[in-house]
Amino acid sequence: MATRTICGVTVQVNDEGFMTNPAEWNKDIAVELAKEEGIAELTPNHWKVIDFCRQSAATSGAAPTIRTITSGSGISTKELFSLFPKGPAKKVAKISGLGKPEGCV
Amino acid sequence: MKKLVILGAGTAGTMVANRLVRMLNMDQWHITLVDQDPVHYYQPGFLFAPFGIYTQKDLFKPKVCFIPPLVKLIQATIEAVDPDQNKVHLGNGMTLSYDFLIIATGTDIHPEETPGLGEHEWGKSIHTFYSFQGALALTQRLRNWEGGRLVVNVVDNPIKCPVAPLEFIMLADWYFHEHGMRDKVELIYATPLDGAFTKPVASRLIGEMLSDKGIQVESEFMIEHVEPDAKKIISYDEREIDYDLLVSIPLNKGADVIGKAGLGDELNYVPVDKHTLLSNKYPNIFALGDAAAIPTSKAGSVAHYAIDLFGDNFVRYTEGYELLPTFDGHANCFIESGFGKGVLLDFNYEQEPLPGLFPMPGVGPFSLLKESEMNHWGKLMFRWMYWNILLKGQELPLTPTMSMMGKWKV
Ligand SMILES: Cc1cc2nc3c(=O)[nH]c(=O)nc-3n(C[C@H](O)[C@H](O)[C@H](O)COP(=O)(O)OP(=O)(O)OC[C@H]3O[C@@H](n4cnc5c(N)ncnc54)[C@H](O)[C@@H]3O)c2cc1C
Repeated sequence: MATRTICGVTVQVNDEGFMTNPAEWNKDIAVELAKEEGIAELTPNHWKVIDFCRQSAATSGAAPTIRTITSGSGISTKELFSLFPKGPAKKVAKISGLGKPEGCV
Repeated sequence: MKKLVILGAGTAGTMVANRLVRMLNMDQWHITLVDQDPVHYYQPGFLFAPFGIYTQKDLFKPKVCFIPPLVKLIQATIEAVDPDQNKVHLGNGMTLSYDFLIIATGTDIHPEETPGLGEHEWGKSIHTFYSFQGALALTQRLRNWEGGRLVVNVVDNPIKCPVAPLEFIMLADWYFHEHGMRDKVELIYATPLDGAFTKPVASRLIGEMLSDKGIQVESEFMIEHVEPDAKKIISYDEREIDYDLLVSIPLNKGADVIGKAGLGDELNYVPVDKHTLLSNKYPNIFALGDAAAIPTSKAGSVAHYAIDLFGDNFVRYTEGYELLPTFDGHANCFIESGFGKGVLLDFNYEQEPLPGLFPMPGVGPFSLLKESEMNHWGKLMFRWMYWNILLKGQELPLTPTMSMMGKWKV
C-alpha cells in the first residue's frame, strides 16, 4: 500500500489514488483532491454531496452509488454530473476520501 | 408445525425448496412457494436465442416439474408483505402467515425508467434480450437486419449476469462474420463503467478482446434519455451516440412489493448480511438470489453456491444455534467470446478474477481468464446442469467457497 502527502498530511492510497482510510481525510484534503480532478472550487452543493457520501459510507461501509447519492442528497442526477463531470460516483468517492465505489460486480 | 414461505419460484426459490425439503424434518415443517408465473425460464439461454444457437423451446419448462411433492406451490402474485405481522398477502385473496420467510423474487428490467426507451420504437429499432419476449423479438430483428450501427447499452448497474451484455456483443461479432456482413456492421458497447468490466484484471483482458474484434467501448456512459425518432442515446454529460439498432439492458430492479414492504434499498434489493443472507432488519427473513443486496454478481451460479451453504445454516438456525458467516460471494461466470470459444471467471467478495485452471488446480479442464473452446462447451453444458442438477438442489462436485489453488497471481 502506497502513501502520499496531501496538505501536509500523510495518507494511505491504493494504486488508483483512492484513499484507503476515511479517518485520515479532512476538508483541506478534499479541496486539494478536487483540484486534481479538475474541480477548481468546491461550492456548497459540492459539499452537500461530499457530506452525504461521507455519512452514507460511515453507515454502510462503502462509497455510495449514483442512485444512492441522488435519492439521499436531493441533488438530481443531471446536477450531479455537472458538479462532478464524468463518473460522479467515482469522483466524489475520491474527493471524499472513500474507497472506489464497488458499484457492481 | 413451523411455516416457511418462499417468495418467488425462480432459480433460487426452486433450488432452496428442493434443498430444504430434504434437510428439514417434514413432519414438522410446511413449505410454501409463491410465484405468479407457471413457467420457469432458462434465462442464460436468452443470450443465445437471438443468434439461433438456442430456439424458443430450449428456453422454458413448466415450474411444477421442479417442485418437490412435499412443497406447496401457489400460483399468485405477491401483493404485500407485512414483516411486522409475519404475513404475506396474495393477489388471489389468500393470506399466508410464516415463521420464516425467504425472499427470492429476483430482479427484472424496467425500460420505463429511461425516457424514450420503452416507447413506440421498443421492439422495432430498440430491443433487449433480458426477457423471454425480448429475446424472441430480437431473434427476428437480427435475422432480417441489413447492417448499420449496433449499440449495446447498459443503463445502470447492478444488472443480473453482468457479463451477458459483453457476451452479446462478442457473439454478434461472430454472427455477422458468419453471415458475411461484418463489414457492414459497426459494434459499439456503451457502459456506465470505466472499462469493459468491474474488476481490473478481467477488465483489461476483456477490453483487449473487444478491441481485437473491432468493438468500440464508450465508457462512463450514463444514459439520460433516448431519442427514439432521431435514433440516438444521450448521456447525462451530453454525449450522443447514434444507432441503427439499439440493444438495451434497461434498469434492473427488485420486485416493487419488496420495496413497498420497507424491505428493500433504492432498487428494491434486500439489505442482508453478506455472509449469512439474513435480513438486517428482521431475524426471520432471508433473501437469496438476485433479490439480495450483496456485493457479488447476480447470477445463478452465485445463488447455487450460496444455497449450498445456506441449507445447513438455516437448519442450525431454526434449531436455536447461531448462523455461521460462511458465504464468501463465490461466483463463476462463463463468458462466451464468439467463434466457439469462452472465458471463465472465478471470484468472490475479496478476490478478483485471476488466471489459472478450474476446478482442479493444474488440471482444469477449464482455463480461467483465458479464451478456450472447453470454456464454450462448459457454458453450453450449463443448460443441462441447470435443469437436471442445479434446480433440483443437487450438489455439484465443486466447493461452494472459492479456492486460491490453481490460480496465478498477476
Ligand atoms: C440474458 C441473461 C443471461 C444470463 N446468463 C447467466 C449465466 O450464464 N450464468 C448464470 O449463473 N446466471 C446467468 N443469468 C442470471 C440468472 O438467470 C439469474 O441470476 C437467476 O435466474 C436468479 O435467480 P432468482 O431466483 O434470484 O430470480 P429469478 O429466477 O428471476 O426468479 C424470480 C421469480 O420471482 C417471481 N416473482 C417476482 N415478483 C413476484 C411477485 N410480485 N409475485 C409473484 N411472483 C413474483 C418471478 O415470477 C420469478 O419466477 C443470466 C440472466 C440473463 C437475463
